[in-house]
Amino acid sequence: MIGQSIHDLWYGFGVALQPHNLMWSFFGVLIGNLIGVLPGMGALTAISMLLPLTYTLQPVPAILMLAGIFYGSQYGGAIGAILLNMPSHPPHAVTCLDGYPLTKQGKGGAALGITMIASFFAASVGIIVMVFASPALVAVAFEFGPSEMFSIMLLGLLAGATMARGSPVKGIAMTALGLLIGMVGTDVNSGAERFTFGFVELSDRVELVALAMGLFGVGDFLLSVNRMHFISSIGTKVRLRDMRPNKAELKQAFMPMVRGTLVGTLFGAMPGTGPTITTFIAYAFERRISKTPERFGHGAIEGVASPEAASHSKTQVDFIPTMSIGIPGDAVMALLLGALIIQGIQPGPQLISEHPDLFWGLIASFWVGNILLVILNVPMIGIWVKLLSVPFRYMYPCALFFIAIGVYSTNNALFDVYEVLFFGIGGAILLALDFPVAPILLGYVLGPLVEENFRRSLLLSQGDMTVFVSRPISATFIGICVLLLTAQVWFGIRAAARKRSAAADLLPLQTAAAE
Amino acid sequence: MRHHIEGVVDTLGHKHAREYIGGVLMLLIGIGAAVKGGSYSIGTLSRMGPGFFPVSLGVIVALIGAVLLVGARLAPPESPKEVPPPELRGWLCIVLGVIAFGIIGRYGGLIPATFAIVFISALGERENTIKNALALAVLMVVFCLVVFAWALKIQFPVFSWA
Repeated sequence: MIGQSIHDLWYGFGVALQPHNLMWSFFGVLIGNLIGVLPGMGALTAISMLLPLTYTLQPVPAILMLAGIFYGSQYGGAIGAILLNMPSHPPHAVTCLDGYPLTKQGKGGAALGITMIASFFAASVGIIVMVFASPALVAVAFEFGPSEMFSIMLLGLLAGATMARGSPVKGIAMTALGLLIGMVGTDVNSGAERFTFGFVELSDRVELVALAMGLFGVGDFLLSVNRMHFISSIGTKVRLRDMRPNKAELKQAFMPMVRGTLVGTLFGAMPGTGPTITTFIAYAFERRISKTPERFGHGAIEGVASPEAASHSKTQVDFIPTMSIGIPGDAVMALLLGALIIQGIQPGPQLISEHPDLFWGLIASFWVGNILLVILNVPMIGIWVKLLSVPFRYMYPCALFFIAIGVYSTNNALFDVYEVLFFGIGGAILLALDFPVAPILLGYVLGPLVEENFRRSLLLSQGDMTVFVSRPISATFIGICVLLLTAQVWFGIRAAARKRSAAADLLPLQTAAAE
Repeated sequence: MRHHIEGVVDTLGHKHAREYIGGVLMLLIGIGAAVKGGSYSIGTLSRMGPGFFPVSLGVIVALIGAVLLVGARLAPPESPKEVPPPELRGWLCIVLGVIAFGIIGRYGGLIPATFAIVFISALGERENTIKNALALAVLMVVFCLVVFAWALKIQFPVFSWA
């Protein structure tokens, strides 16, 4: 089996290195890197903005490019965090803690160098895990019937809703809302029009691009306008020579890099755990086991190496459930899955055998793309630093235009422009009320699949609900779901009780002070 | 006495107000989805109609809304958080900009629509002057002409005076 995987990987390199595919892969990492550097733009915004472009492409270059944007944007994010103390997107917030102090000490270049080495190492480990774990998972997934599919999707949705940042209850509400949005359109079984409110345009589902760009583009701009103020750069000049870390730094960073990679791999395998939580855990773990924890926050190279490694290995491992069973772990993966469906490729366990060029080409392109990123970042670092000083006030009007024209081009219809505005306003209101919006996208993409499998299982069992717990694999997934919910309720009650007793302790004091 | 007043401020304070609004919003969306979903045929467990899933989801969302409301009611008073005032100007300009793209795009074509969305939305940021916004809009129009109209040949009339 190992021999087979290596053989397939070899074939994948053949696909990824075809000039046409290589070009789109390069374009993806370049754009991803660029957008990752820009303040206030993350991978989700970047991928949804470039999604319309893929309609004209073949499936392989399309997915290679989108994946390239994803991991390219993570390289970009680290640059802003280390050089300017600016987390372009949340997973890199923790990198600021030690990366920026290093820059102030004049070691910013070395920190960037370490980041690149750690990222490349972690990505490579993630890719190797993917090469061997995916076929194994597929072998299991072929045993899945509709009830197993429903249960595992339920688990994915619940994990996505409860393990992300913020309140788990609100996360579940957003997942259910996403599932509802996924119901809009013509029901495939009965032909009934659901929630279309008389709009003919809605009978073919809500447009994926409109939903994603509304939630992660327009919604974000509405909340950031007049609130994003640029912190002036401190004349950071990074030369190529500075980026080569010395031996002591390399030695210091090596073990944290390995540990960060392990943390990322572990969390990547768990559906629903976001990248932010992964990097924070990697950082906290490193500080906990350090002999000199007081150095953290004042420029410890370990505090840069470990979280960056974790975020990159997680990124790669995230692709495993998405590509091998068709269940995305988070919003970015949901978007990529949506792109596959638009291309007419049905995700699921049959994907690897039906489209080997896509799967193995993608894996090989990860390596190619990561090498491209390392080469790209060395000479371009000066340009990235300049880009960091593009003020938000010039950026968002242009981005809005790209969103409008991008969403228009999906169907050549202006209706989609209003759709994007609707979801943008809705997303901004939900964000302002502390609701996480990423689960909406997950629910929307999985919605039709969840409903279809639920209907089919109950059709086969003639309405017997116990079908979900009487089959062993399905029962295991349902068991984990119940465990997850119980744990959340338990922690919730405990936290509330602690808060209340703390408040009760404070109250007499406040009253005394007030009198 | 002071404490009592503070308590009132707390329940109306931003943190709790947000929880209440969130709860009510979910309750309304849930009930709305369930009622609308109920108008499609629901069917039975073994033969589900198109209404079954929407109604179930609506009920779940409404229940969560109720949970949020109860949670906000029971939550201990917290010191009100500094919440910045809503950004009326920014919101207005961005929303108007996108609508302008739609309307002007329909009757005037791609070039005026591009100009409108960039110019109007740029005015949402207080630090942008009219001159800045104009320059940015003109730049984007040129970019749009070259990339979208000429290179990508987008299906969108460049000018259409109807």
